Amino acid sequence: MNHRSGLPSLSSHGEEAIHAEGLEVAYQDKLVWRDATFHVRRGEFVAVIGPNGAGKTTLFRLLLGLQRPRSGALTLLDRAPRRGNPIIGYVPQRHAIDNETHIGCESLVRMGISGHRWGPGLSFRRDREAAAAALAAVGASELAHKSLGTLSGGELQRIFLAEAMVGNPEMLLLDEPLSNLDLRRSRELVELVAGLVRSRNVTTLLVAHDINPLIPHLDKVIYIANGKVATGTPAEVLTSERLSALYEVPVEVLHDSRGNLVIVGAEESPGGEAG
Amino acid sequence: MTYFSWNIVTDLRGMWQFEFMRNAFEAGTIIAIVAGIVGYFVVLRRSAFATHALGHVGFSGAAGAVFLGFNPVYGLLLFTTSGATGMSLLGRRASTRDVEIGTVLAFMLGLGLLFLSLYNGYATEAYSILFGEVLGISNSGVIFTLWAGVAVLVVLLLVYRPLLFASLDEDVAEAKGLPLIGLGLIFMVLLAVAISIAVQVIGVLLIFALMVTPAASAVRLTRRPLTAVVVSVSIAVFSVWSGLFVSWYEPYPPSFFIVSVAFAIYVAVRVGSHVRLRLGRPAPSIDRVASGHSSEHG
Repeated sequence: MNHRSGLPSLSSHGEEAIHAEGLEVAYQDKLVWRDATFHVRRGEFVAVIGPNGAGKTTLFRLLLGLQRPRSGALTLLDRAPRRGNPIIGYVPQRHAIDNETHIGCESLVRMGISGHRWGPGLSFRRDREAAAAALAAVGASELAHKSLGTLSGGELQRIFLAEAMVGNPEMLLLDEPLSNLDLRRSRELVELVAGLVRSRNVTTLLVAHDINPLIPHLDKVIYIANGKVATGTPAEVLTSERLSALYEVPVEVLHDSRGNLVIVGAEESPGGEAG
Repeated sequence: MTYFSWNIVTDLRGMWQFEFMRNAFEAGTIIAIVAGIVGYFVVLRRSAFATHALGHVGFSGAAGAVFLGFNPVYGLLLFTTSGATGMSLLGRRASTRDVEIGTVLAFMLGLGLLFLSLYNGYATEAYSILFGEVLGISNSGVIFTLWAGVAVLVVLLLVYRPLLFASLDEDVAEAKGLPLIGLGLIFMVLLAVAISIAVQVIGVLLIFALMVTPAASAVRLTRRPLTAVVVSVSIAVFSVWSGLFVSWYEPYPPSFFIVSVAFAIYVAVRVGSHVRLRLGRPAPSIDRVASGHSSEHG
């Protein structure tokens, strides 16, 4: 495996982007997970993996300040999470966009910079320039004037990424951006995200079903299952011992010759189909 | 009565010598502008059925006001704003809950029927609430319409970007700190006021023609939200003006002509975009992302 396990990003040595200490979270009075202690350093690329309903989106809601932990401490760049935090760029799992959405991509990307401002907009030119720069950064300049409803899944994810990047955030939270993409498009998007993480030192958390397209680029894995959270480098976390301890049943991690891995014995296997 | 002369300016001047025609054009224009803008958000938020339902809720309010001897527009405003508030407080997606809305809609229509049967002038009042009576708008009606229209437009100017954001990309808007329920409430109340004044022109049953049809045509003609709003307003104003114009020469109700013009434009736009798709652009891809698949807390 050629992942960057254990190597801290040079530019961000020791600087903490996320610090979680003994976190316990509930969703509508039901315990989701507890005893979560982990940190993410600035500029790290982190995969959030685990079965459906394990609480991966809940982690994002905590970071976005949309939900509070039941107990424990959580800080983002030494500050408490809060709603409307401008340092975060967010791509949710769910979007209200379908082929009846007759709106150009540029308009959506501009929402990322000025959509939350009240009153009449007077900064058309600056917004347009920022949107153009964000679209260029994700390699989607030629899509600027296409209608959102006509895009393919991979193109749409690029536009959402541009919308999240437009305010130059310090942290990206991407919820299942790969879920509707085939293997080739998944790899393309992961390359794109990894490029942004490295070139802009953006701390990035990405929720995924399948860890394999991510492995070559990851610094860290946050594995959520069975009400517990395990973190570390992929080499540390994705082992038979660690996952067996997490699930409390025997789990085996198998490797193929190209560095892909398959997890056998868990309810759902993130090597193949899970999330 | 004057005759059609092919000189449209002269024709309009002829019509405008009559106060009821001036009132109809003035109120109709204000309403078309408001409906064209609000309608854009109705289309974007997929709230067409809620719009239709609010019209029916307004019907029972108007009928109740008539029964009690008040101006129907006050009953309309009271009932539509209450209905709109209720719908938006029920939750973010309440305005798309067809079954619940339909259930309330039918009951409100029945209630309106009761109010009207209790009132003596039953048939004519019912007719004007259901189908509009643009030629019967009074001077004070025009003033009221103007103030209500200005109020809606001022609020829309203030909330335009957040409302667009919340309508287009709800989860990101929420993460950016926008109050989704508050925005939904503001939008529904604006919609209620717009419907209440539009009923004078087009009636509760034909409200779609001004509140939805122009915007539905506009979104297919441009990909820019602001341009779409301008196009939507233009179509609505054109529909009202040409409807009123034709009704001057023909013995049929203006509502019919307004609805027909809006419908004809919509059909032309749909046919036009279909033809363009067939000729120049590639066939729609099956790769389009299925939207709105339920998000698990996972």
